[in-house]
Amino acid sequence: MSTQPITPVSKSVNRRFFLKSGALAGGGLLLGLHVYGKNLNGLELDDASVFEPNAYIRIDAVGKVTIMAPNPEVGQGVKTSLPMLVAEELDVAWDTVNIEQAPLDINKYKRQLAGGSGSTPTSWESFRKAGATARQMLIAAAAAKWSVAPGDCYTENGFVVHRSSGKRIAYGEVASVAATMQPPTDVVLKDPKDYKIIGKRIKNVDNLNIVTGKAKYGLDTRREGMLFAVVARPPAFGQKLVSFDDAGALKIPGVKKVVRVENKVAVLAETTWAAKKGRDALVLQWEAEGKLESTPDHQAEFSANILKTTEKPVRADGNVEDSFKLADHVLEAVFEAPFLPHAPLEPMNFFAHVTADKAELFGPNQAPERALNELSRVLELPKEKITLGLSDRMGGGFGRRLMADTPLEAALISKAAALPVLVVYTREDDMQAGHYRPAGMYRYRAAIGKDGNLDAWHLTVSSINQPNGSRENSFPAGAVPNFRIDSINLESKITIGPWRAPNHNFLAFTEESFLDEIAYDLKKDPIAFRMELLDRSSSNSYGKRIYDPERYRAVIKKVAEMSNWSEQGKNGRYKGFGAHFSFSTYAAQVAEISVSNGKIKVHKVWCAIDCGRVINPLGAEQQIEGGIIDGLGHALYGELTFDKGTAQQKNFNTYKLIRIQDAPDIETAFINTEQFPQGLGEPGLPPIGAAVSNAIFAATGRRMRKQPFAMQPLI
Amino acid sequence: MAKYSLSVNGKKFDVDVLPDTPLLWVLRDSIGLTGTKFGCGVAQCGACTVHLNGTAVRACTLPVSAVGTKEVTTIEGLSADGSNPVQQAWIEEDVAQCGYCQAGQIMTTVSLLRKNPNPSDEEIHAALGGHICRCGTYTRIKKAVKLAARKGGKI
Ligand code: FES
Ligand code: FES
Repeated sequence: MSTQPITPVSKSVNRRFFLKSGALAGGGLLLGLHVYGKNLNGLELDDASVFEPNAYIRIDAVGKVTIMAPNPEVGQGVKTSLPMLVAEELDVAWDTVNIEQAPLDINKYKRQLAGGSGSTPTSWESFRKAGATARQMLIAAAAAKWSVAPGDCYTENGFVVHRSSGKRIAYGEVASVAATMQPPTDVVLKDPKDYKIIGKRIKNVDNLNIVTGKAKYGLDTRREGMLFAVVARPPAFGQKLVSFDDAGALKIPGVKKVVRVENKVAVLAETTWAAKKGRDALVLQWEAEGKLESTPDHQAEFSANILKTTEKPVRADGNVEDSFKLADHVLEAVFEAPFLPHAPLEPMNFFAHVTADKAELFGPNQAPERALNELSRVLELPKEKITLGLSDRMGGGFGRRLMADTPLEAALISKAAALPVLVVYTREDDMQAGHYRPAGMYRYRAAIGKDGNLDAWHLTVSSINQPNGSRENSFPAGAVPNFRIDSINLESKITIGPWRAPNHNFLAFTEESFLDEIAYDLKKDPIAFRMELLDRSSSNSYGKRIYDPERYRAVIKKVAEMSNWSEQGKNGRYKGFGAHFSFSTYAAQVAEISVSNGKIKVHKVWCAIDCGRVINPLGAEQQIEGGIIDGLGHALYGELTFDKGTAQQKNFNTYKLIRIQDAPDIETAFINTEQFPQGLGEPGLPPIGAAVSNAIFAATGRRMRKQPFAMQPLI
Repeated sequence: MAKYSLSVNGKKFDVDVLPDTPLLWVLRDSIGLTGTKFGCGVAQCGACTVHLNGTAVRACTLPVSAVGTKEVTTIEGLSADGSNPVQQAWIEEDVAQCGYCQAGQIMTTVSLLRKNPNPSDEEIHAALGGHICRCGTYTRIKKAVKLAARKGGKI
């Protein structure tokens, strides 16, 4: 395969794109796109110094168009929506296009990350440009073949057409010639009004594989000579392995090997079941290093911390102290967040085959580049000697698979055993070996001035292993003249990690519940009160403001209309409101509930969203529905508690997840769709907890100050 | 270890495994049919649902020794090409997000519609309430079940 020199196509401040073309071995065009940036979504990515493609368009000699989907697919739909961008500008019929998960040698590919709802905004321009570039090269090739001016040619669904003569030629027939051409340095992108694919309701490209059981997840990985490994890990955070006896394990038929790796013992066997039985037959001696933590200990420390103020507040506008002194009255509320496991339905797993001089890793991971860096460091192998493949699909992630611990563990076990292994977590293992949504406590105080205005807002948060447990620019920041946030970390041996919409996922519930309390105190309609605050924010903007008050108001207005907000209490049904801005997207929701015999039933949720342009409405609605049901389920039921370092909920019999009978009807409206597009994996989730808690207040007069709601008496 | 002769998707498979091995692991690790998924191992999530003589069962808690001569059907055996009306409805309603739970949801729905071609909401909840979709695709699952029922889920 010959490649041509790389030609920069576009430069912008944060992202740069490079395209290079080449010929396919069997004839045809291969066009590669490279996008790089650094420090995306808080994850340190390598700054690329070499230009290598991370998305491909492949058009072979028989005209088959393949678009490689580079980003990990954890259910957020990017394997469908991002290739749509390429297909649109390439001008091919969607149903003729073949989508493949990009081959995953991450020494070559960049920004393969599923996190921070970032795939869409970072791909929007570059992917369309890749499609447009290929299209222009195909036109040039056809024009050369016909000896006509390229300007007299256009494309139509996979054909180049000569305007004057009406001659047509399929892309496949000119692909090999196109491959010899220099990619153009500037391409013209379509006017959105001409879109044929972007904005259409397109189904998940893997649907057929999923419904026939052919889709391959990490746990379905099979390799020659591979053994299954089930691992004994510390049964409590803060415990260390002293000794172990594997005699019993080795007697189980099918068990082949037992290896100790750091603080863990892995049992390798021919089947998962034999490996699990072997693991359960190990006799293990653990020893506590220091005090083992329990949930009541955390709660006691949080309670003390939230009464403190810090030297360095996370944010301080105006002077809250004075304002509290001068206040007509002060409102206060304390909210409590439990730990949450991610519990992706596909338990954590990874395949590894590590030999003296190289390593092959394969499985589900949301941030493979980070994993590669870790693997290289721990295995002491140069990155070029490590391949890290991603499974075709991943059984959910929710942030858990951003962590590198599972691939790393698999690699160390494979290395110690000198065998290819698939490390399989049981559900119980998955619950105990988590990187949880941190538990925390949030104390809010509001000063209401003599004029009846919200003068000061003060949040003091304390949470596990988080120096900043807030999102300091979150509304009503910017709308309140005196605004302060203090955050106090509680160090813990319990590991935490990003959980779908990190911090936002609980913060929105606290902010929007407290705003509701203030509105009731001021005898104002909760929505009218938010609008008033947003007006204040537009005219004054106290301190830094990251949201656009107009766009915020627009989603609120829309959801109020959709839900017929002013109608309360009809047929025993009550409404509650919540809104939140996260990941550059505005989301406002109204939940309609009833409470009978102390049981909450959520009937319907309306959601208005401004995420800018919607690439695939079918997929976008699905992300909102999923976010709402996920957020609702955890607000109603989710709670992980610890006793002496051990998670007390070990499987789905004690850790309750939402099920079909609790899923409400959901109506979603997208507005402001001319704006720059944003990702939707996260922003649909945060508002729902508040919408439901505020509806519970409307129905019962009781304020929900902690989650999960369903565990609290309502009568 | 013990030898078993299983009938899966119309084919015979001879396996030599521990007698207490759940059918799930025999299917996945010994026979190589990985369409049936592992989610919890304690009959709580439904990811492992297969049919035993046409009735939905949880393969994660069914020891292989209890299968006997009963015919096992997995998602791979439902139809070779996804043409079963339930599979078709799942595609039509674009149900899947990560997709991991869906094989189990489909197997239960097929079994439900066989016995009850026109289930009410309550009956759908009762049948599928034993399943977990961590991605929250429930609203679309409900639509797909109803669509399959309309299309004559009896097969
Ligand atoms: S794996 Fe069998 S019910 Fe969950
Ligand atoms: S689609 Fe992901 S668990 Fe159901």
